Amino acid sequence: MAKESKTPLLDQLEEGPWPSFVKEIKRAAQKKDSAKDLLGQLERSYNDRIGHWKHGGIVGVKGYGGGVIGRYSDLPEEFPAIAEFHTFRVNMPSAWFYTTDKLRKLCDVWDKHGSGLTNMHGATGDIILLGAPTEELQACFDDLSDIGFDLGGSGSDMRTPSCCVGPARCEFACIDTLNLLREVTLEFQDELHRPMFPYKSKIKISGCANDCVAAVARSDISVIGTWRDSIQVDDAEVANYANSGLDIQSEVADLCPTGCMKWDAEAKKLTIDNGECNRCMHCINVMCKALRPGKEKGATILVGGKAPIVRGALLSWVLVPFMKMDPPYTEFKDLVRRIWEWWDENGKMRERLGELINRLGMRTFLEAVGLPPVPQMVSMPRANPYYFWDPEEVK
Amino acid sequence: MPLLDLAGTQVEVDEDGFIQDPASWSEMLAAALAKMEDVENLTEDHWKVIKYLRTYYQQFGIAPMVRKLCKETGYDLKAIYELFPSGPAKGACKIAGLPKPTGCV
Ligand code: SF4
Ligand code: SF4
Repeated sequence: MAKESKTPLLDQLEEGPWPSFVKEIKRAAQKKDSAKDLLGQLERSYNDRIGHWKHGGIVGVKGYGGGVIGRYSDLPEEFPAIAEFHTFRVNMPSAWFYTTDKLRKLCDVWDKHGSGLTNMHGATGDIILLGAPTEELQACFDDLSDIGFDLGGSGSDMRTPSCCVGPARCEFACIDTLNLLREVTLEFQDELHRPMFPYKSKIKISGCANDCVAAVARSDISVIGTWRDSIQVDDAEVANYANSGLDIQSEVADLCPTGCMKWDAEAKKLTIDNGECNRCMHCINVMCKALRPGKEKGATILVGGKAPIVRGALLSWVLVPFMKMDPPYTEFKDLVRRIWEWWDENGKMRERLGELINRLGMRTFLEAVGLPPVPQMVSMPRANPYYFWDPEEVK
Repeated sequence: MPLLDLAGTQVEVDEDGFIQDPASWSEMLAAALAKMEDVENLTEDHWKVIKYLRTYYQQFGIAPMVRKLCKETGYDLKAIYELFPSGPAKGACKIAGLPKPTGCV
């Protein structure tokens, strides 16, 4: 008779053609007791319908206040190999480019000190190394440093910034997202490693409004590549699209959110009122051979986005409609510092930037960071043009 | 809960080494806890931070925010990490006998 499985519930998650984390943990369990106990505890959790990790835990490595997250089992007698099962967040390279050699070295370090289980990548973008006992933390960190990796953020610090693949592979990129990410990461090492803020703060960078890293939905400070002149139009290619059957009226012009495109089907001529275009990328996505972003490129800086923890979700809104983005990015870095300074001074414990702006008002925020109000900051300028001026200014 | 032999007495600590009963804290105990956090000797600078943390905690029941800690003690964050290599939360708060700070990871 076949041996009865100890994890009947987890086994179900191996069914089907798709990848399964259970399969992977079982593979790791052949080498590591911690992976074996992890399976056991997870099965227990499914049976008991309750998580068996304790809440919180403060562990770390020397000189760093973030980057390692404490995890303890609440069933240490039953699952001794995961009694301490801490998580490392390791700063990933810009846009997640690795050499296979680096990945092998990373896995070797992790096999030596931890469970061997990785999560590439977590929601923050970091490389997640799952499960090391307290006594291995410092040694693991030292070995990671030796092969050129550093820890990412956790707790109330600047979280590991992330960016889309940008110009490395994508023709839509209006800014060098990879280089900007590297510069931002190096500039704000203190803020990344030594939590000092009221709560977490995230910076995410997308090369265009397609926003492949979902910066607007997930980051307090979102950088979105854009242009300020006119969309480049190749009339011959536009005609080609029309000739090959694309219904430019219904699929492009009618879906333009600002209604700023005119399609003359007779003459096969597309006209764009660039003053009204909000750079949403829709038309360029559909007709990428015929339309391209303008030549004068930079980024829009937005603030206030966050996922729905503590209070509800917020999308970032525009703070700076257009900023040039050339190395060394001094203007951007200075702005980030001013924003943090105000938030850190005024924020309550666990209050994100967007919530603080909502509490104290956009006017107060703009005064503090030294920016004049402009129509682009209004979320729906065409429908709701109101701005509350400082009474002093309208006397 | 593990018991730790600190400064000759048995003290109950949690798995991260934070003492469970704030009343069991003493200066002797602080010195023993400090050794666990890579602080060999508690200098005047260390004590200034520790005393500030304790006073704040006794008054408000929570640990102060890091910015406040820096402002009130006059040490910037870099200096705090030089004094307490494992940082204000894991290092300084533990030595000062505060309960484990909870927060979002
Ligand atoms: S956000 Fe834009 S530039 Fe970046 S990968 Fe996506 S489409 Fe390309
Ligand atoms: S980018 Fe968007 S707003 Fe601008 S013309 Fe194209 S579809 Fe319209």
